Amino acid sequence: MAAEFLPPRILPSGDAAITVEFSRRIDDDANRRVLALDRLLKAAPIAGITETVPTYRSLLVHYDPLQIDLDSLAPRLIALAAQPVTDAITSRHWRIPVAYGGEHGIDLDDVAKTLGLTPDALIARHTAPIYRVAMIGFTPGWSYLSGLDPSLELSRRQEPRLRTPPGTVSIGGVQTGIQCIAGPSGWHLLGQTPVRTYQLQRDPVFLLEPGDTLNLYAIDAKTFAEMDRAAEHGEIVAELAAS
Amino acid sequence: MSRLVVTNAGPATSVQDAGRFGAQRYGLTPSGAMDRLALATANALVGNPPFTAAIELGPFGATFTAQDGPIRIAVAGASRSIRIDDRVLPLNHSATLAVGERLVLSAAREGVFSYLAIEGGVLGEAAFGSLSVNARAGLGSPVPRPLQNGDHLDVRAATERNEHALPPLPPSPDPIRVVLGPQDDEFGDAVKTFLDGAWTISATSDRMGYRLEGPVVRHQHGHNIVSDGTVNGSIQVPGNGQPIVLMPDRGTTGGYPKIATVIGADLGRFAQMPPGRPFRFQAVSVAEARRAAVAFAALLRDLPARMVDVAHFEFNVAALQNANVAGSAVNAVDAGTWQSEPQQDQQP
Repeated sequence: MAAEFLPPRILPSGDAAITVEFSRRIDDDANRRVLALDRLLKAAPIAGITETVPTYRSLLVHYDPLQIDLDSLAPRLIALAAQPVTDAITSRHWRIPVAYGGEHGIDLDDVAKTLGLTPDALIARHTAPIYRVAMIGFTPGWSYLSGLDPSLELSRRQEPRLRTPPGTVSIGGVQTGIQCIAGPSGWHLLGQTPVRTYQLQRDPVFLLEPGDTLNLYAIDAKTFAEMDRAAEHGEIVAELAAS
Repeated sequence: MSRLVVTNAGPATSVQDAGRFGAQRYGLTPSGAMDRLALATANALVGNPPFTAAIELGPFGATFTAQDGPIRIAVAGASRSIRIDDRVLPLNHSATLAVGERLVLSAAREGVFSYLAIEGGVLGEAAFGSLSVNARAGLGSPVPRPLQNGDHLDVRAATERNEHALPPLPPSPDPIRVVLGPQDDEFGDAVKTFLDGAWTISATSDRMGYRLEGPVVRHQHGHNIVSDGTVNGSIQVPGNGQPIVLMPDRGTTGGYPKIATVIGADLGRFAQMPPGRPFRFQAVSVAEARRAAVAFAALLRDLPARMVDVAHFEFNVAALQNANVAGSAVNAVDAGTWQSEPQQDQQP
């Protein structure tokens, strides 16, 4: 436990942001500390901080250099980071439907073969864990999940695809994730969710928060089509339960 | 109410303001003007607050027509030839378009981005506090995409007000200032390579990122790090050792080590750097960067006070021609090669 209380590194990111880095690797404890610091800053805002961006291993803190300087901000962040980390970061748990394989996940069969699994066994291992939203980034709603079964670790594709479909659920390295809008990706595409993690005309616009937990469950193509239509009209087709 | 009709728009013409902040934690990129000083200058000239939404033009030309009522405009930023029908309008100078008059802007001659500000601003519906276009996320108002021929923008009719001018600031030959980090320790001696090198901006650059060409900046421990947050001006170094400076349409997180960050005060000047012109970086401390931020904020604040009332201004053809000669002495941007399609500089 001693390692948990090592102070983070304070790394300048220009004159209007600092990176509070807890680890250089993907590290579950580090991510918990990131999310805990983020939550402390939300509960007791420091004047001059404009927004925060939690990631796997660090918290990017944007600030207004006209309101606060690094020398006064850094010690306050270090002090907050030393506070004990509570276990539950948020109290929200989601159930997210995923259509695996076929046109919804064109890499499923190849990935199963590479890992020496049947497609069904791969789906079973991918739907078993309780994941945590470690970070959201890159494009709107792209949710990076921690908790992937280590037996599913696989290097990214040599050639990234220039366009992968909206709602794609994929794996890359030790990570798995849910993307919302179409975009480039070098990850392996296992399936597709009808859930929109970002939808402009809906309240909330962003469905998931960093720190939320979720599990994935398999649906067939017909159910996907029905849920997709409902989601198109603003329905939240994920189930929310207090954990 | 007046209408500004887009009669001919280059591909990188879009509505931009200060940008969209507060949702980077959800992956929402900030967008916003590439050169804030130029945006604030154009807005000051028509009496708007500094970051009112305006039309950002990339290196290409564009033509607009006033309909339904008079429209007061001003153009600042990259220099280009500006005409209202047969009249010549200098840069940094407001003017009023009468109904039916055409505003014709040429391709940029010096610099990359210009801002066409309209008295009262572009009218639209803000999302996350901004009208800025982010086509991938379906955001931006009045249209969530770059402007196209035939688009109509609702604007306020020009008020009774004198026209104004601002003397253009002389171009700065100074290096682009950076704060080292957050991952400069991934580079060891290559930090010196980065700071000593002469760099140029590749023509394959866009609002997401500016690709640099120069000496190879080698990583000590490979080029993959665990994704972390990015800012406007983050200088990431992918595997080929040629840095990419992340601009307002960047991904909010990235997985390449970031050797340094362009300071806020120099980001607009950097955005205006034409492809192919050599420049250097200079490392400064966070405290120096903060002093530069304070000075930059003062520069923005003082724009209205520096303006000259030109109610009786005669278009000075001689001065204009001199400016044009100065503009043509440098290599013009090759507008045809500048990217109009997003590059794939970032991956999840």
